[in-house]
Amino acid sequence: MGKWTRRAFLTTGALVGGGLIVGVAIRPGHRTPKLAGLVENEGETLVNAWVKILPDNSIKVIVPHAEMGQGVHTALPMMLADEMDADWSTVSMEQAPADDQYASRDVVREVAFPSQAPGIVEDTLNGVFLKIAQSMSLQITGGSFSVRGTGTWGMRVAGAAARELLIAAAAEEWQVPLDQIRAENSYLFHDKSNRSEPFITFAKAAAGKQGPTQPKLKTPDQFKIMGKRVERFDIPAKVDGSAVFGVDIDLPGMKYACVKCAPVFGSTVSTVDGSSAEKMAGVVKVVNLGTGVGVIADTYWQAKKALDTVNVTYTKGESNRVSSATMFEQFGKSMDAAVANGDEQDDYKLGSARKVLASADKVIEAEYRVPHLAHATMEPMNCTAWAHDDKLEIWSGLQNPLGIRNLLAEELEFDRERVVINNVYLGGGFGRRAMDDYPVQGAKLALALPGVPVKMIWSREEDIQQDFYRPAVMSRFKASLNASGMPEAWENQFVDKHEPVEAPTIPYAVENQYIHYTDSPTHVRFGPWRSVDHTQHAFFTESFVDELAAEAGIDPYTYRYDLLSHDLRARKVLETAAKMADWGKPLAEGWGQGIALHRSFNTIVAEVVNVDMSSGKPRVAQVYCAADPGYAMSLDGFTAQMESGISCGLTSALYGEVNVKDGAVVESNFHDYKVIRMNESPQIQVEIINSGDRSLGGGGEPGTPPLAPALTNAIFAITGKRIRQLPVSKHI
Amino acid sequence: MLEITVNGISRQLDVEPDTPLLWVVRDELKLKGTKFGCGMAQCGACTVHLDGVPIRSCVTPISSLAGRSITTIEGIGEAQGGLHVVQQAWIEEQVPQCGYCQSGQIMSAVALLGKTPQPTDEDIDKAMAGNICRCGMYGRIRKAIHSASAKLPKEIILTPLIDQAADDAVKPTNAEGSYNG
Repeated sequence: MGKWTRRAFLTTGALVGGGLIVGVAIRPGHRTPKLAGLVENEGETLVNAWVKILPDNSIKVIVPHAEMGQGVHTALPMMLADEMDADWSTVSMEQAPADDQYASRDVVREVAFPSQAPGIVEDTLNGVFLKIAQSMSLQITGGSFSVRGTGTWGMRVAGAAARELLIAAAAEEWQVPLDQIRAENSYLFHDKSNRSEPFITFAKAAAGKQGPTQPKLKTPDQFKIMGKRVERFDIPAKVDGSAVFGVDIDLPGMKYACVKCAPVFGSTVSTVDGSSAEKMAGVVKVVNLGTGVGVIADTYWQAKKALDTVNVTYTKGESNRVSSATMFEQFGKSMDAAVANGDEQDDYKLGSARKVLASADKVIEAEYRVPHLAHATMEPMNCTAWAHDDKLEIWSGLQNPLGIRNLLAEELEFDRERVVINNVYLGGGFGRRAMDDYPVQGAKLALALPGVPVKMIWSREEDIQQDFYRPAVMSRFKASLNASGMPEAWENQFVDKHEPVEAPTIPYAVENQYIHYTDSPTHVRFGPWRSVDHTQHAFFTESFVDELAAEAGIDPYTYRYDLLSHDLRARKVLETAAKMADWGKPLAEGWGQGIALHRSFNTIVAEVVNVDMSSGKPRVAQVYCAADPGYAMSLDGFTAQMESGISCGLTSALYGEVNVKDGAVVESNFHDYKVIRMNESPQIQVEIINSGDRSLGGGGEPGTPPLAPALTNAIFAITGKRIRQLPVSKHI
Repeated sequence: MLEITVNGISRQLDVEPDTPLLWVVRDELKLKGTKFGCGMAQCGACTVHLDGVPIRSCVTPISSLAGRSITTIEGIGEAQGGLHVVQQAWIEEQVPQCGYCQSGQIMSAVALLGKTPQPTDEDIDKAMAGNICRCGMYGRIRKAIHSASAKLPKEIILTPLIDQAADDAVKPTNAEGSYNG
């Protein structure tokens, strides 16, 4: 783990009223009193930044991340409670307030690894999310980061430190050596004298104690909670309808708003005629938002009906002539020009790929394309805002509440301290809820009606047509094979480079590689979409490797296996998936089998797809998934994330496509932006490999990238047709 | 004024007659468990029961429901004391992720088991195909339905039996009729 240096240490102190406070501090004494003020209630004792002991000796863990279904509100408390030796049956959680004191950057990055952050975390923090937050304070949920970052570097350290502090206090009280005291189930024991007391007994005595500079973390063989199947805290409320999502916020006197924005990104409102709308029942106000128009009314239905009658015209420009076809034409031209002019932007270079290709007897070439994708979270974007008492209060499901708070303050020229964010459950995130457009709209509507809470709910149409999209990408390959059929040179050129930077790289041993890209910007808004650049590049690279195997006449599993002699961890993942699927065993008539391997967010995932093509249309029957995240902290939670990632990958591979025509998005709802349903859902088997790697991998995203290539490779295996453009349903 | 029964309680409503049931349930009656997902009977997040039959409340005008009886997610557990056996199975199988679609999924599953207490996989495909789960928890939903089915007290009928007239009356908005897959 990162260094636990002097800049970051634990402080202790007495609170007004006699409680104990022990905090993880960046600078001496600064943090804990502020934290306590934020999260401590009557009778509770904040042990450090992330844990309180309550008077009944139960434990409350404070989680600084949003719950969007990934189970983080349970996984993080598991990590802390295990290190603390807490009684899991008495552990509960609360979400940290959206305040700088709980910013991920400050608490996790500076506290846990002030001098050196692991590369992968740096990538995430400094990558796409940091750009979105514009280097401001973060409390992000994304990049499959929560367990890896906050969990490892914050929760576990905090739990271990809390245990050591309590033991130190007990040792003094009991007058026995530290190493004779053990902690178990929220009690401390001195077995020799047959004494035991609950944690809470020593809370006060620990006041004033110097915290450990390097709390000792458990090894996996000592885990009691981590790695086990634990029921999630948030599930009961999600089966009885009581869970509160952003869309469920209800404030006294609240009005409702519907909005419609310029269909062409970058256009703004020229004229608004809301005269008919203003005469309609219940309508309070028609608001020009600049980028679109909103109607505020007494009820949602009144606002929606009135919005349909508002006449709006928008500015027009070059973008109005853009379509998906013209964008791909543009990509092709940009790529041709870059190569012709020698101004490729280097992404990765090894050996001399161009030289080897130039002298090769045969060069294998292929061009791949993926379309734009919308997130289509089940809960459409929404935001409730209330401008009152010189404050702007926001209720919304946000993946980046602090970044959005800062952007709101900046955009609305509002003093940052006066913006209050209340985060709630997210009805899906997938990257969409890291963006700030909908909270800004919600805030503008509320500021147009001071003193009155306004709940803005987007229509599904708005949600699909005003997204920040997984980009459309074109990728071209050239490769040559040696005498044994293995690749000796690999060249890959693509457009639109985002994060994480390693997405286009391959895990295979190829001596000569040249990966480069070309900028070819479009007016369509970019956003992080479940695994960001990995979904497109895994489809490209894992398809092309499959093409090379076919060219060499070698089984695609064996081909990959042989190219992984330098990476035994990846090889084991590949091998496990193949074994799960009985790779190579004859399938039913008309069925095909495909495999793909991809590493993202430090988790290696291999998937085998069995596809039934007997009807001429693909039906995915089974998906076998092997995943190595180093260590899966929450066994069922990680498994569920793989299942979810696979399902998401299958939807986008089969159907996912956002088309642009006359500058605007064509698709509008689930009838034309299709999502797989129960009757199309495959059997999914997941096997987790806890390789014990010290650097933890993520769970939310890595399941998605291998699915599309595994599917198209399976279709190739049975039909001989290589699908180089997604979605599959359109190209078969 | 219009009168409907919701979760066994008679309600007098003064709303515009074309208002979809969804917004009446959520905003007038403050039953927020029923969710808005698409507004065109495509996703099933808004599923409630009309006299025991699953319907899409987002496209069902309140004016068509005078005198009828509606059950929402908040109403299914009460008859059995606490959670419905389907809700219990949902917890045991750890079905939800983001959870937003789950009220609708559960309402469709409860209706399925009311009609077909021991459903086959094909029955489940047909009854549940109108409910989208963007987190893709279909495998867990299927497992939970089978496990709830195994636990059902066989003599108790969960929801009123559907007669053909009621089925026809809600055709434009019911689950199977609206699925465009």
